[in-house]
Amino acid sequence: MSSFEYASPNTEAEAAEMLAAHGGQTAILAGGTDLHNLLRAGVIAPRRVVDLKNISSLQGVSMVSGGLLVGALTTLDEILRNPLLAPYQSLLQVADAVHSIQIQVQGTLGGDLCHLPNCWYYRNGYGLLGKEKGESLVAGGRNQFHAILGNQGSAKYVSASRFAPSLIAWGAQVRIVGPDPDQSAMVPLEYFYVTPKSPNQGVTILQPGQFVSHILLPEIRDELASASYEVLQLEGLDWPLASAGVCLTTSAGIVREARVVLGHVAPTPWVSHDASLALVGQSITEESAAAAGEAAVASATPLSENEYKVTIARTAVKRAVLRAMHQLQGVS
Amino acid sequence: MAERKFGWGKRSENVLIGKSIPRIDAAVKATGAAKYTADTNSKGTLFARLLSSKHAAAKLTAIDLEAVKNLPGVKAVHAFKEVGDEIRWEGELIAAVAAERAEQAEDAVKALEATAKFEVLEHFVDEADVARAAFANRTKGLGKANKGDVEEALKTAKAVHKGFYGIHTISHMCLEPHGSHCEWKGDDLDVHLSTQSVSGTPSQFAEPLGIDASNVTVTANYEGGGFGSKFQADEWGIAAAKMAKEAGRPVRLMLDRATELKIGGTRPSGFIDVTVAADADGKVVAWDSIHWGTAGVGGGGVDLGQMPYPFDFPNVSKAQVGISCNTGPNRAWRAPPHPQLCAITQPALDDLAAKLKMDSYDFFMKNLVFTQHGKGEVYAEEMKIAAKEIDWKKKWHPRGKGAAGPVKQGLGMALHTWGGGPGACTCTLKIHPDGAVESFLGSQDIGTGTRTIICITMAETLGLPLEGVKVNLGSSKYPASAPSGGSITVGGVSGAHRRAAQTALWKLFDLVAAKYKVEADGLTAKDGNILNGKDKVCTWKQACALLGQMPLEVQGKGPEKDGLTSERVGGVQMVDLSVDTGTGLVRINKFVSVQDCGMIIDELTAKSQVLGGLIMGIAYALTEEQIMDNKTGRYINADLLNYKLPGIGDVGELVAIMYQPDSEYDRGVIGLGEPPVIAPGAAISNAVANAIGVRVPVLPLTPKRVLDALKGGQA
Repeated sequence: MSSFEYASPNTEAEAAEMLAAHGGQTAILAGGTDLHNLLRAGVIAPRRVVDLKNISSLQGVSMVSGGLLVGALTTLDEILRNPLLAPYQSLLQVADAVHSIQIQVQGTLGGDLCHLPNCWYYRNGYGLLGKEKGESLVAGGRNQFHAILGNQGSAKYVSASRFAPSLIAWGAQVRIVGPDPDQSAMVPLEYFYVTPKSPNQGVTILQPGQFVSHILLPEIRDELASASYEVLQLEGLDWPLASAGVCLTTSAGIVREARVVLGHVAPTPWVSHDASLALVGQSITEESAAAAGEAAVASATPLSENEYKVTIARTAVKRAVLRAMHQLQGVS
Repeated sequence: MAERKFGWGKRSENVLIGKSIPRIDAAVKATGAAKYTADTNSKGTLFARLLSSKHAAAKLTAIDLEAVKNLPGVKAVHAFKEVGDEIRWEGELIAAVAAERAEQAEDAVKALEATAKFEVLEHFVDEADVARAAFANRTKGLGKANKGDVEEALKTAKAVHKGFYGIHTISHMCLEPHGSHCEWKGDDLDVHLSTQSVSGTPSQFAEPLGIDASNVTVTANYEGGGFGSKFQADEWGIAAAKMAKEAGRPVRLMLDRATELKIGGTRPSGFIDVTVAADADGKVVAWDSIHWGTAGVGGGGVDLGQMPYPFDFPNVSKAQVGISCNTGPNRAWRAPPHPQLCAITQPALDDLAAKLKMDSYDFFMKNLVFTQHGKGEVYAEEMKIAAKEIDWKKKWHPRGKGAAGPVKQGLGMALHTWGGGPGACTCTLKIHPDGAVESFLGSQDIGTGTRTIICITMAETLGLPLEGVKVNLGSSKYPASAPSGGSITVGGVSGAHRRAAQTALWKLFDLVAAKYKVEADGLTAKDGNILNGKDKVCTWKQACALLGQMPLEVQGKGPEKDGLTSERVGGVQMVDLSVDTGTGLVRINKFVSVQDCGMIIDELTAKSQVLGGLIMGIAYALTEEQIMDNKTGRYINADLLNYKLPGIGDVGELVAIMYQPDSEYDRGVIGLGEPPVIAPGAAISNAVANAIGVRVPVLPLTPKRVLDALKGGQA
């Protein structure tokens, strides 16, 4: 790996300042579970690595007006253990499905949200868009793990975040600090992700000098249930082939509000309004859940090797909906 | 005096042999006290890093080794390729750098890479598409074989099945990658080598280094696996020795994981189009297959000698085409090439059974008459035991006719055979006057329990506790012993040690007989005593004291045809699994293996070999695969994220049943290391077909292939 400066700020403002240096050729160290891979493979070569772990404000979970404020450095293990997060079932399900104890203990929620794509063309040095001599290697290449939705542009990788689908389904917001040291803004997580047209655009709206400090979860309400369903080939450490996070509000057994977000199917977490529409006004049954799954993938445009992912994504949505229903019925 | 003959004792009288005994090196391995090659770190050791090719086919047109020789920390540079040399697969080594620190070596490799220029050549990496390969002029006929009259047999057959089956290339995946630690002491070279061939590698180092083999000591105390990929000194081993010489410092060079996957050895792929037919009774009458696949750039493929595996049907026709791919070269992979032969034969037979509307169990039972090596009757017994354990008759349902719901359960089976005869082994056994016992041999324990087996053999023979004997192996300075490949080690080392220990014991008996005025013929050694009939004559220590000052030293050799060892094992495996038709995921519920292997020295170690075989089999059946990118020619999943291996949560309940009636004990010791890995591919494929009602023709059975097959597409 290339040499880099190591910076260890104590405050958010310091962090923003340190990240803005070198024309933004900096990288954030949170848990470091993926940064290490990226540096060693030479996929990124930052001039400075900014370690956030001494910033105490980024740790912990606290109740605030309007919800729950979760520090970006909160580990997956803390998500599983913190009683304040217990009602957010879908998040616990995601943290649990990561399976690897090492990642659960070391990996952070903020790191997961900003995780760079696992696309093997990207990781083998062909850039975020997986191109060689201007041509996409992904389009006619080995794309079995690539996008089936939102893949008509240059970006064909899938968003790597495990938590984003469920968090977006919850209507979570992220607090972004920087680039001015004193500047911060709350942004709905749904709008945090972008699909780049050029390899240098990045996968989120974060600009040089900016970072995610917190995640704001809305307050829990009765009649609201959440669930996640990730399809993993391996029981051990593995990335989902597709996943779904859902949040349902019901009354009298009828869905009043539904948020359905798919993961690992598109360059961003994929909010499916069609799936929501298929559920609203219905009671949750095998049929209505299946209809939501159908709706979620109706506009899929699979690549040469990943049509199977359409089936998997459909299943993930259906099972996440059914899992949420079981929660509402008090069935584990 | 009665004639003294080598032989094993009565089974009922064994104290250690055949029991379940934990590995004698379990504690040192579990605590990390056991030092592997990758752990070797003598004072001043330099770190080595490798520059390998990102091109699958190219000519090296420029490289400047001088440019990096003066970089910080760099102590030696080695060129694998000269300007003008060809690169034939991605990952092929170009140069190595040894430096004070790992990151300095990495920096130097990066700097070296910047000086390297290539003329990129046409590559071809598509092992499965024989038509494309032919068009690219990458195919070569590898011969045909015929027996009987297939055409005639097909005309009168009751059922004819045509199918396509395949199994992709996989890479060797030892926990400890290939590599060595090389240190010069004057003209002598000490090599710690991760090897399956302690006795066979010194000369491989000596020749290219221009020294005598007697100057080389190869040491391998502990191994993180070999599986057939570690018989050579390898060019990177020679490079480590050369750089150590150049630097005047020890050098450790272990392949990084990506390079290990690319060049550490692959298992060839095999694909077939087959027509197979049976008579009204369900007996196979004809087999006609066309094969293709690759073993790397040399073409080749899976050797068809034993197709259809392991049967000898009355009418057989087979032909093979090899595909030359710009992919890493193959190396023997646990039971070569039986896993592939099994995985492309027995699914076709199972499909024929389905066409006949026969229970697969009945079909295989009926066709055991055609199995090679006269093992039909043993297979039948093993099938009955396996079926009972997995509850076959109760659980089996016609293909695709299981319970409703998205998760489908299925049963499948397959059977296998392997030689496992004893390898060459010489050991020196020493009995010291104080009663201590030790042996020396240039064999190796590649993780299979060889140390434990040897100690059990010596202790049983000499009537001592396991702690009363010691084995020294893993050095090429000890008496020569064969490489550990072909499952020949257990027979080789146990035979040689039994002979040595019996010979030594007889000499001791003679001394005891003379001293205590008893007949040597009536003496036995048990529980640390020498007995005459049931009467104690003296203790083991008292007997050994009769040696005087000098230890008794005896050489044991093998193999011999004295009944201590023999060959040819077989086994039957049955699997109960579930397929989630909503996700394509295959989950193993229960996997039963019934295995014969002659006389068992340590049942726990034997079962551990079987369990390891099943897990490795589940890996290549469900997840493990070399994925080549046609456009770039690169091994695109050469990392442990995307080269998927099952964890303990993926393997289900594994049941290892050792088939061991007295008839097996009487056959003597036979190797077991490889055979349990042969049948899982076919058994799992058959169970998936039984579950979902369609064949997923190509291994591994990933969610993609399962869902594609369900959709009626080409998996």
